[in-house]
Formats: sequence, structure tokens, C-alpha cells
Amino acid sequence: MTAQVITVTSGKGGVGKTTAVANLATALASDGRKVVCIDGDIGLRNLDVIMGLENRIVYDMVDVIEGRCKLKQAMIRDKHYPELYLIPAAQTRDKNAVSAADMRRLCNELKPEADYIIIDSPAGIERGFKNAIAPADRVLVITNPEVSAVRDADRVVGILEAEEKGSPSLILNRLNPVLVKNNDMLSAEDVLDLLGVHLIGVVPEDETVIIGSNRGAPVVTDPKSRAGQAFRNIAKRIQGQDVPFMDLDQQGGFWGALQRLTGRK
Amino acid sequence: MGFFTRKRSAESAKERLQLVLVHDRTDLTPGQLEALKDDLLKAISNYIEIDPEAVQIGLERDGRSQRLVADIPLRTVRNVPRRRAG
Repeated sequence: MTAQVITVTSGKGGVGKTTAVANLATALASDGRKVVCIDGDIGLRNLDVIMGLENRIVYDMVDVIEGRCKLKQAMIRDKHYPELYLIPAAQTRDKNAVSAADMRRLCNELKPEADYIIIDSPAGIERGFKNAIAPADRVLVITNPEVSAVRDADRVVGILEAEEKGSPSLILNRLNPVLVKNNDMLSAEDVLDLLGVHLIGVVPEDETVIIGSNRGAPVVTDPKSRAGQAFRNIAKRIQGQDVPFMDLDQQGGFWGALQRLTGRK
Repeated sequence: MGFFTRKRSAESAKERLQLVLVHDRTDLTPGQLEALKDDLLKAISNYIEIDPEAVQIGLERDGRSQRLVADIPLRTVRNVPRRRAG
């Protein structure tokens, strides 16, 4: 087993990196994959609360790097999926406690143990971001259909190309189909045309995401959540499956019910 | 502008982003681009006569790469010997 290392990054903060990591990792685990996620946001730890694992933390990533514990001791097992683990960020340290070489070493040690290693990058384009992309085999850039988020995503894509990390795949998060229909929100086509990258998924704006984060339960475990369905589809595409994009216009009603009945979604 | 005549905001967002991204990617401000145009026209005018009013120079996007595109119509050649550039 040699894990693929996937880093989720965005440039701008608050566009949904941590939510995406928690959901993709959970969806991959529910497909039977062994997954380790790493919170790369040293000093601003959050992946633990989104996954509902905050009460189980004893050791963190910096403890591993500085030799205070074994790697296995810092791997927190998920409550529902025994093959899903979290390595939390240190909360009382800053990003200078970790180097790109540390991240590569950590991932190399984990690779034989997992199918996927998913790294949650901090916002920005500085050291924490550079550390998070250093070990990546694949980078997912996440953005919202909004001018500042798209501009920052473009900067990040440019940096990834300059660092020869290859062209990333794009997750467009929090798309509101009604606003797009009224021409008051950039569409997926607009964002793709502007950024010129490959699209791996569009996640609709969905209040179940907030409810899930309140509970520490990623929405991919909610079969009725539209955002959950979108993240499950992205997880399938990560595994190499060809999954059609969701029809975001059909949110319910007769056609939505019919399509669900006939299994077209 | 009234409610019914206003351009829908997605269009403004896209147009504004198109401009901003070109300048972000090339690290060239609109002012620098103007100066570049002026210098280009000066250099070309040393060799051939052009119509400065009809010149179009701008940055265009092609996927993730940018190109500087210039459309410079030449004036019809006159029957007087062209002044050599010094």
C-alpha cells in the first residue's frame, strides 16, 4: 500500500477547506479506504472539531516531529470509521515549528499505512501553505463563486504551477443555483473559464453543512444532504471513478423526486 | 440606474475578474501596460509609418497563459523616401 497524498488549499480563508477535508476523508473511509488526514494549520487547529474528535487529542503533529511521541500515538481514530485517522495540528505553537522536510518525512512514514493522506492547508500563501503542498502528489484548490475567493484561487494555481506541482483540480464550494439562475452569482462555467483548471466537483450551498459542523459530523454521512452528495461524488472521482455532475437546478419537486426514483442522481 | 436596467452582478464580477487576473498573472499594472504601448509605438514608428489612432494592443488570456496581442495597421506607403531611423 502506498498512499496518495492530497492537499486541499485555497488562498483565501473561510471558503471551506477544513469542511472539504473532513467530508472527503469520511467519504473515502466509507468507501472502504484507509485514510489519514493531517491538520496543517498549526496554531489554528480546527479539523478536530469539524470531525468531532476534539476530546480525544493527546498528542499532535509537532509532538511527532519533535520526538515526544510515536506517529501512531498522534493518530486519532475516528468514532465511526476504524480506518479513518486524524493527526491534529498543535494549537499552542506557530507555523515555524514545522518545515517542508518535516511534512515530507511524516507523509513518507504514513504512506505504507494508508490509501489516502489528506492535508488541510492553512489559508494564505506563506510557510504553512508551502509546508502543506510540499508532500502533495495531488492538489485540490477550493474556492467560492465570489470575486475575492476566485482571485486568491488564481494566485494559488499560479504558485502551484511555478513550484511544478502540476495543474490542480478545482472544487467550487457554496454555489447557490438560484443566484446563478438569476445571473447574480458566477456560474461554474464562469469560474472554470477564469481559472483555466480542471473541475473535480461543485458543492451547492447547503445549511446541513453548518448543522453537521455544529455536531462534529461531516455531511457525507447524511444521505439527504445535497452538499454531502456532492462531496461523496468528489471522493469517487478521487478514486478514479467517472461520476456525472449533479444537476443543481433540480433541488426537489416532481422532477427531482422522479430523478431520485429512477436513480439518475 | 434603476432596478430593471441594472446589469446583473455576475456579469460585472466576471468582467472585473478577467481584468484583475490578467494583471495579477503578468505582474503588470494598467499604467505599466500603457507605458509599454507608448514605447512599442515609438519603436515601430522609427521604421514604418503607423496610424496611432487605429492601434490596438492588449493582454489576452488563453487558458492559463497570457499573450500580448498587437494589431497595428500600417499607413499606405508614400512616394517619398522614408527617413532612416537614426
